[in-house]
Amino acid sequence: MSGANDSYDPKQVAALSAETLDAAVEAATAAFAQAADLDALAGVKPAHLGDGAPVLLARREIGALPPAARSEAGKRVNAARERVQQAYEQRRDALEAERDSQVLLEEKVDVTLPWDRIPRGARHPITTMTERVADVFLGMGYEVADGPQLETEWFNFDALNFRPDHPARTTRDTFYVAPEDSGLVLRTETSPMQIRGLLNRELPVYLVSPGRVYRTDTLDATHTPVFTQVEGIAVDKGITMAHLRGTLDAFARALFGPKARTRFRPHYFPFTEPSAEMDIWFEERKGGPGWVEWGGCGMVDPNVLRACGVDPGVYSGFAFGMGVERALMFRNGIEDMRDMVEGDIRFTLPFGTEA
Amino acid sequence: MRVPVSWLAEHLELNEHVSTDQFPDALVRIGHEVEAIDRVGEVSGPLLVGRVAEIEELTEFKKPIRYCTVDVSDDGAQNHIICGASNFTEGDLVVVALPGAVLPGGFEIGARKTYGRVSEGMICSALELGIGEDHNGILVLPTGFAEAGTDARAALGIPDTVVDLEITPDRGYALSVRGLARELACALDLPFGDPAGLEIEETEEQPWEVKVEDPAGCPRFVLRRITGIDPTAPTPWWMQQRLMAAGIRSISLAVDVTNYVMLELGQPLHAYDATRMDGPIVVRRAKQGERLTTLDEADRELDPDDVVVTDNRGPIGLAGVMGGGTTEISAGTTDILLEAANWEPASISRTARRHKLPSEAAKRFERGVDPLLPPAALELAVRLLQRLGDAEAAHGRTDVGDPLLPNPVTMAIDLPDRVAGVRYPRGVTVTRLTKIGCRIEVFTAEDGTPMVQATPPSWRPDLTEPADLVEEVLRLEGYDTIPSVLPPAPAGRGLTGEQRRLRSIGRALADDGYVEARPFPFLSQEKLDALGLAEDDPRTRTVRLLNPLDTEAGLLATTLLPVLADTMSRNLSRGLRDVGLFTIAPVFIAKTEQPPVPSVGVEQRPSEEQLRALDAALPEQPEHVAVLLTGNRQRAGWWGKGEPAGWADAVASAHGVADAIGISLTVRAVEHAPWHPGRCAQLRHGETVVGYAGELHPKVLERLGLPKRTCAMELELSAIPVADNKINPVISAYPPVLLDVAVVLDETVPAAELAATLREGAGELLEDLALFDVYTGEQLGEGKRSLAFSLRFRAADRTLASEEATAARDAAVQLAGQRHGATLR
Repeated sequence: MSGANDSYDPKQVAALSAETLDAAVEAATAAFAQAADLDALAGVKPAHLGDGAPVLLARREIGALPPAARSEAGKRVNAARERVQQAYEQRRDALEAERDSQVLLEEKVDVTLPWDRIPRGARHPITTMTERVADVFLGMGYEVADGPQLETEWFNFDALNFRPDHPARTTRDTFYVAPEDSGLVLRTETSPMQIRGLLNRELPVYLVSPGRVYRTDTLDATHTPVFTQVEGIAVDKGITMAHLRGTLDAFARALFGPKARTRFRPHYFPFTEPSAEMDIWFEERKGGPGWVEWGGCGMVDPNVLRACGVDPGVYSGFAFGMGVERALMFRNGIEDMRDMVEGDIRFTLPFGTEA
Repeated sequence: MRVPVSWLAEHLELNEHVSTDQFPDALVRIGHEVEAIDRVGEVSGPLLVGRVAEIEELTEFKKPIRYCTVDVSDDGAQNHIICGASNFTEGDLVVVALPGAVLPGGFEIGARKTYGRVSEGMICSALELGIGEDHNGILVLPTGFAEAGTDARAALGIPDTVVDLEITPDRGYALSVRGLARELACALDLPFGDPAGLEIEETEEQPWEVKVEDPAGCPRFVLRRITGIDPTAPTPWWMQQRLMAAGIRSISLAVDVTNYVMLELGQPLHAYDATRMDGPIVVRRAKQGERLTTLDEADRELDPDDVVVTDNRGPIGLAGVMGGGTTEISAGTTDILLEAANWEPASISRTARRHKLPSEAAKRFERGVDPLLPPAALELAVRLLQRLGDAEAAHGRTDVGDPLLPNPVTMAIDLPDRVAGVRYPRGVTVTRLTKIGCRIEVFTAEDGTPMVQATPPSWRPDLTEPADLVEEVLRLEGYDTIPSVLPPAPAGRGLTGEQRRLRSIGRALADDGYVEARPFPFLSQEKLDALGLAEDDPRTRTVRLLNPLDTEAGLLATTLLPVLADTMSRNLSRGLRDVGLFTIAPVFIAKTEQPPVPSVGVEQRPSEEQLRALDAALPEQPEHVAVLLTGNRQRAGWWGKGEPAGWADAVASAHGVADAIGISLTVRAVEHAPWHPGRCAQLRHGETVVGYAGELHPKVLERLGLPKRTCAMELELSAIPVADNKINPVISAYPPVLLDVAVVLDETVPAAELAATLREGAGELLEDLALFDVYTGEQLGEGKRSLAFSLRFRAADRTLASEEATAARDAAVQLAGQRHGATLR
């Protein structure tokens, strides 16, 4: 740095003169004004505001001035620099405004043009509805069972307390594997998975068994030979029919809204005693709120528990089951079963990946 | 079962609080499903009882026509009515619909000119009133039935309500007026009069010889003989009305009485023409080769399991199911044998099924009929025939066998409370069980528990376990009294890995543009043959159904492709062109040697050995995922041309599945049906072959009727273990070095193999490798191609020098040179 006694150097001091500084400011303003767009402006900015710009170089000379002159010269330099900065910003704002008002408009496209080069697919609503049902029970602490669709009669009928001459065991209702008396059937309900669950797990058991089942109904608007069930079973000490009801009420609310609830009507099933048909109060029913038949339920028959090695004197249980297709039909107002099973993508696509 | 509420009410004592309107709801509440509620005999306007005062026969017409003067009031008012029937005489009471009346079916009555006279109304038949089927003549009311001019509706008991009930298979007793009225008595707390409570004469005299050779099939056989029936005696309108309501056609008085008694008491009866019998009745199993022509005129070959009623000539009836033609009663029969038997339910149900004869009798016997009923049912039938058909009963009664009665059931008296989760008022168990007919004894067990022993009534063979008694208490107390209580939540474990990954696969494929289908697994041999599989291919090991809905499609799918192809065809036939489908389902592969299914009881848990043997008998059922796609994968649009779906999309779908479930698949070129031999990728997980993808064979596509170039992928998910997901990616923040390399080599070397070699040669500095160009051209030479890769190198612990990266690349190229003869391009 120059000291106080440095000799006077007219060349250096000239950089601090008001004329020189004004000229630098004018040159900068002109250069900015000539910049046609923001890129050009950015191009000329370093020459007038960068480290080598005249107004910044001038600052270095202040030390060469006599102390009395330094303050005034400093003010002059700062003012000049400030004017260049303002000129820059003015031009930048102007150019930005111009870009916003014109250039971006020129780049405008029609965003309503379709863009579906690879349209998204969908999962079948029966699949996603089944998962939703399972999820509700997962949330209640249940596990989800797996099991084969082709079963032995023992799992499909015997263990479920179907008497040997029960009509469901005939070829009129059940698909049998050839040859005759093979002892193998396509499962007619998902309960064989529950039997497997009781045989394979430690008690207590809380299990839902979703899956495909088969009955020899011809496909029409309301029947299908292959359909989907979700059944559930809870075997524990002190399980009551009130628990069954509480569970199904909670389930109905989770799936169909806070006003949904269940109603039981006495019925008969080989695998439960007492047994009930379950109706569900459905607010959005076609034709107004009302009861819709949905499934069957009851207290697990002691014979079923015995076949699984569970002591009915110590443990009790409830079981329930419902059709997924039926739930979809009444929830969504679907009128023809065939639409749900034929696989027309126009039916499935609108469902996306959630039911 | 269809039954008029008026018939039910006949055995109940109604009061001011209870009307028949409450019957349907009450029945539903206690477990009898009401399928329909029908109104019968709905007539509006003037419908009166009239007395025929004078008949003028009009003879100038083709058929006899009567011009009748009818008293329609007790003060002498008369109407003139034209009538085409002639089954009545002067002085008879008839039903008259006067102008203004509307009969069932909306038939309006007016005064009109007909046959040259003015007819001021109509004399009605039972059919016209909707209360019977008889249209051979008008309805003639018994003398003294009612005064002329009284409203006929009240007198006839119309309109009436008929409830159509679906009776569950465990409640045979409810297939009768007697059973249902008793149920209503329980549900509505009404006094009940048992119509079977008839005084029955003690007798030793046997009107006919009966031998039961098969007491297991026929626990009880009771017979009475009735002679002197007036064969011309008509069935009264009230009986016709009830039969018609039940859906049973009126035939003759004798037949109608048997049906009427069956409906009222639940005991099916069978009438034989005594004069057509040949010798004593023998009940036995049918013999091989025996035949019987049943009442429906079908000639049937009998099975040695069928129980039959025979006389000297052989079978004369299929026990409990349908009688035979040779002893059928006819219009002139005056002398009948009336059978009321008790048959073993299982045997009846097998016979009814075997001969496809779901008769009203079989329906009751297979559910179980009160074994104490036969004498009462016969007594009621005899009384009706005496009253209505002027018959005499031959004295005596043949009664063979012993009724099988239900055994007592014992349970803790509070078991219903514990099952329901309800504290019922004291005494409920005893009250309810008594009301349904149980004989009750209450005692205290040795441990101090109050117990109840219930001996079920003869008509309730379904009550065999405490749970059955519990159900009776609960349903009669009302299921609506059971509260809604959530059980304490168990500690769940969530979905299994297999279950989670199925969801991931479905979502990944849907996101990738595929639409899920759920085709039935039924397959025809023709479709399977279309795939051109080798003889020893496991996919030819089909499981065949014994009773497929469509005999053409009797196999279960061993691969998902042909069933998915059906779905594809359906979509294409509906005008869709660009379709990608996927499905996730098990396939069924028969074992090369089918192990026998062991016979396992249900009294206790099967042994581990038995459980293993049960599972061993099942065909393999591995879970598969398959994709089928045709048309454009990338659609044509304003942006430009479309991109047809190709083999690479099918392979990519497999990788998409693999990515979604956190595993990786390697690809090899193979020939494998039904794929195009030059465009089939074998998919491996480690060393295990888990599937195939690519373009399908043109011949297969032709046979399946699918468009050219349709592509497919099928993976056996069960062969892929669930990824443990214990991956721990190490991410280097140092800058990469990016290098490209192109090598020339024989085009027979698969790209995947070259890529693997480059990876190996480059070592661990290589972070990523991507093929970006495949080129063939004359300057490369015949049979050569150039493959260009971009390589990304990076070191874990330092900024990588470009020399190091270059050295690694060179090492990679060198290894490719050694292994595949590749040269740097």
